[in-house]
Amino acid sequence: MDFKRITLFCGHYGSGKTNIALNYAYLLRKETEKVVIADLDIVNPYFRTGDSADDLKARDIRLIISPYAGSNVDIPALPQEMYAITDDPSLTCVIDVGGDDRGALALGRLAPAILEENNYEMLFVINGNRPLTRTVEDTVEVMREIEYAGGIPFTAIVNNTNLGRETTAEGVLASEEYAKAVSEQTGLPIKMTCAFGTVARELEGKIPHLFPLELQSKIE
Amino acid sequence: MANKVLMKGNEAIAEAAIIAGCRHYFGYPITPQTEIAAYMAKKMPKIGGTFLQAESEIAAINMVYGVASTGHRVMTSSSSPGISLKSEGLSYLAGADMPAFVVNVQRGGPGLGGIQPSQADYFQSTRGGGHGDYHMIVLAPASVEEMAALTVKGFELADEYRMTSMILADGTIGQMMEPVDLDGLKVNPAPEKPWATVGTDCKRFHNITNSLSLVPTELEQQNFDRYKKYDVIKEKEVMYEEYMMDDAEICIVAFGIASRVSKNAINEARKKGIKVGLIRPITLWPFPEKVLHDTVGKCHTYISVEMSMGQMIEDVKLSTECRGKYVLCNRAGGMIPSPEQVLAAIEEANKGGAK
Repeated sequence: MDFKRITLFCGHYGSGKTNIALNYAYLLRKETEKVVIADLDIVNPYFRTGDSADDLKARDIRLIISPYAGSNVDIPALPQEMYAITDDPSLTCVIDVGGDDRGALALGRLAPAILEENNYEMLFVINGNRPLTRTVEDTVEVMREIEYAGGIPFTAIVNNTNLGRETTAEGVLASEEYAKAVSEQTGLPIKMTCAFGTVARELEGKIPHLFPLELQSKIE
Repeated sequence: MANKVLMKGNEAIAEAAIIAGCRHYFGYPITPQTEIAAYMAKKMPKIGGTFLQAESEIAAINMVYGVASTGHRVMTSSSSPGISLKSEGLSYLAGADMPAFVVNVQRGGPGLGGIQPSQADYFQSTRGGGHGDYHMIVLAPASVEEMAALTVKGFELADEYRMTSMILADGTIGQMMEPVDLDGLKVNPAPEKPWATVGTDCKRFHNITNSLSLVPTELEQQNFDRYKKYDVIKEKEVMYEEYMMDDAEICIVAFGIASRVSKNAINEARKKGIKVGLIRPITLWPFPEKVLHDTVGKCHTYISVEMSMGQMIEDVKLSTECRGKYVLCNRAGGMIPSPEQVLAAIEEANKGGAK
């Protein structure tokens, strides 16, 4: 898979950004050294990349995250270490941005440098089964709000349409229509379609740009 | 295939409230239930409803009182410390017999506490919370699907009995995502509300909604009447789930996320041949007293699995007249019991056996 120096994952909250960002970082680490995953979520104190800190360490991926993430200190803090993303061009960075336009505000400080360097991908993660992004119109509205808040235009779409444990291969295939409609309306290509474990194996060869995921944060 | 969406518990409450006909939401953000307010902020303007972020929890609950007086379906939501702030308003709603729907997605306490899930507001909600003699109907969902279903039910019960119904959830159920079939939600039409303050058209005497009553004999009569209504609710509206109770000698009582942990532990214990089952109260008030009482003589031990220092266990003892052995299996402060912890409690109770 082609990749840029900086890959940003944005989208509606609960669209699956964190999990995809982790999987993407694992993939990048197989291809290059000095991979960084940065968690810039200032909205949600739960379900953070920090939950996978041990796993990231074992895979030699550097984690940049607010020391308050996942703690009981529920404040919208960003780590000062985040400046490494734009200051150190030897790094390959995956950025997990918080949900919605409010989350994307966190990008404001980095956006000018990212745009100037112009070696980035800004990916819009969509799940057509989430209640506020079920229609193409609603999805595009969320996308515009994020772009406006974050100051970086999207470059591609990541289709992560799923129903959690009830996801089926048929459901993912059917979501292609929704993803294509979002693609047509925005002019953005579909970079990948995500699917978990057995569903991903069922979809092999049936869907272009399939990105198989491992579930990183488990809630029983 | 059913038309399913993947929702957080908090979102399920918000969407189900809209489906139930609620067009008025007043609240103040607090983790772990802020998604309810965020969802309403996004949706209400599109459907001609009202979303208002009040200046405080106290303001929000009194706005609820205002809309309730007009007979429209209305709600507010908060988490533990915010519910304490709303408690005065909850008492006023009870005193004025106003129907309202309130959500508490609990976090660890007391005080400002933490942001991890808890069930330590059991006493507060089942005993009223505010001052005076009153109850709220308290509903305890154990899944995202139930968050939606019990929200609809909550609006219906509030209207039917002219009182507050409350969803008592915990942060886990509020935050977790599960598929929900929204088309499966059926809403009964709201009853007539001849008491609502919606203008007289000069055809009748004006209505008043009020909780001030300065004549003690009248105030006493209001209390008597209200408690007669509560008796009807206790008779008609108790909801619970039984799991593997047919031959159970050990009875676990748990609600919300603690009941799901307990089911896992029961499945493991059953593999070891231990006769254990679960009674899951879905209404915490009215508490399923009768079904618990019916287990007396059949179950030797009751294990109350709670995310608090042990609150519901008092209702378990009262319902069974203290005629068994009672074990509290708990975590507190935002921690969740593990299936292993519950299994260990079951095995310990099984060693004790009947006496």
